[in-house]
Amino acid sequence: MTGDNVNDTADDLLRVEDLCVEFRTAGGVTRVVDSIDFAVPRGGALGIVGESGSGKSMTSLAIMGLLPKGGAASGSIRFEGTDLLAQRESALRRIRGDRIAMIFQDPLSSLNPYYTVGVQIAEAYRSHRSGVSARAAKKVAIEAMERVHIHDAARRADHYPHQFSGGMRQRIMIAMALSMEPDLIIADEPTTALDVTVQAQILALLAEIRRDTGAGLILITHDLAVVSEVADRIVVMRGGRLVEKGSVEDVFSDPQHEYTRRLLDAVPRIDDEIGELRTTAIPVVCGEEKR
Amino acid sequence: MIRFLGSRVLGMLVVLFLVTLFTYVIFFVLSPDPAVQICGKNCTPERIEQIRANLGLDLPFWQQFWEYISGLFTGREYVVAGAVVTCPAPCLGYSFQTGQLVSEMIVQRLPISATIAIGAAILWLIGGLIGGVLSAVHEGRFTDKFFAGLTLGAMSIPNYVLALVLQFVLVVALGWLPFPQAVPFAEDPGQWFLNFLMPWIVLAVGYAAVYTRLTRANVIETLQENFVRTANAKGLSSSLVWRRHALRPALTPIVTIFGMDIAGLLGGAVITETVFGLNGVGKLTADSISSNDQPVIMAVTLLSAFFVIVGNLVVDLLYTAIDPRVRTAARA
Repeated sequence: MTGDNVNDTADDLLRVEDLCVEFRTAGGVTRVVDSIDFAVPRGGALGIVGESGSGKSMTSLAIMGLLPKGGAASGSIRFEGTDLLAQRESALRRIRGDRIAMIFQDPLSSLNPYYTVGVQIAEAYRSHRSGVSARAAKKVAIEAMERVHIHDAARRADHYPHQFSGGMRQRIMIAMALSMEPDLIIADEPTTALDVTVQAQILALLAEIRRDTGAGLILITHDLAVVSEVADRIVVMRGGRLVEKGSVEDVFSDPQHEYTRRLLDAVPRIDDEIGELRTTAIPVVCGEEKR
Repeated sequence: MIRFLGSRVLGMLVVLFLVTLFTYVIFFVLSPDPAVQICGKNCTPERIEQIRANLGLDLPFWQQFWEYISGLFTGREYVVAGAVVTCPAPCLGYSFQTGQLVSEMIVQRLPISATIAIGAAILWLIGGLIGGVLSAVHEGRFTDKFFAGLTLGAMSIPNYVLALVLQFVLVVALGWLPFPQAVPFAEDPGQWFLNFLMPWIVLAVGYAAVYTRLTRANVIETLQENFVRTANAKGLSSSLVWRRHALRPALTPIVTIFGMDIAGLLGGAVITETVFGLNGVGKLTADSISSNDQPVIMAVTLLSAFFVIVGNLVVDLLYTAIDPRVRTAARA
């Protein structure tokens, strides 16, 4: 593991240490995240990369305290020095949405079809700030929509999610996240459900918001190209374990782990020879890498 | 919206017409000759012919059907035992067995059926929603299992058995409730309530069980929706997550079923009314079938169809009000 200056904790916005996530199932306990460590400096952008089932989404849900039923996290997740895993649910609710916001993969199913997007953006604001009138909250919602470049935001705020395109819905999710001016935004596969041109727009938007607000960002994706565009540090996960971490330049130019090398090799390049299909199989993790 | 409504009403009329046609075919053409029944014993062929002529039964099928349909809109006249009986629109026919206009018979009985249906509907809706939400909240735990057992029992017990058991316990053994009679609300609201309470319970139990299971399933499914996760990720209070993001989407589909169930029961709760001897449309249906009183059978069939079709339309309109996705589609 290269280039990881572990010890300057003072600047860390989020510090995850020895995080394990386990699920109790009928067949026993399954460990889906296996003692991983990483840190996000204030204003930094971390990319968590890995294939499906590598535990990257579970890591982000553990940070939010939103693991599905039967899941339990252990280790420590320190957000500005506070251990989130030791907090009560009521304390977590105050942090969620306000200090740490999350953007999910599928914007259509992540929005409630029965309420206008304006209401859905505003409700977080009203929950976290006491004594806010509905009108003031709506104004905040409209401003947030304007910040994610939705035209005619005042009118669009009264529309329902199904009246927006996929890219617009993801902008609304982002507006929802940034309306509270959080210190950390976790984006879980924010571009996966979108087509390529829209992906680029959303990534540019995330980069812009990071620049403007100074919020830290965790970008979870299986797409290395996405990480290289937005993140400055990278964590590679596989089978619930951390395979490699470091700065984006280091990992991309000089991957230390065989798995990372193969992942990078799997990215199609414009200067590739035509007609050649790379078929290098990425070996199954169980038995070969696990203890 | 107006186009949507227009096309729905048009469709409704077509369906009603077809139902009328089919019931007419079934009851007036395929059933035994009503003239023979009216004539009774000691009947001569000449007398039967005369009755047939009086009733218009000697006319071709289409002409008879036309008279029936036009009677619905303009009214018609019957010759009964030499006297002329006027049947004003909407004329649903004349019952020779009871010597009454069918529409009058129905108007007398409809309030009783409506009282039973609506009272029971309120009971089962409240019971089903509470039971279902509690089951969903405590999924897999004692409360959930308790309601699972309770609903299984409630769905398995036939309502005439339940009616008899309740009557024995509450009326005969304990004397807490009177034997149900159709006391008008205006006469004595207290007695009205006590008299209808048992029919309401008997009718509601089975529906409440179904609604409990339905609500439980809908709530559990909705809780797994991504938008509920989003709501939690926003840090909303759990009561707000429940009210806005779990209950509203989970309970909306129940409106459909609720509307249809009430509509179905306005045409009469046959078993409940018969067991308690309450003279509603359901008991009228049972009586008319056992005495083969064809104009009445025909009329109650049409009435049920009418309620179901109107109920359908009302549910669709309600849906445009409560589901924004349907609203957009209806506007387009």
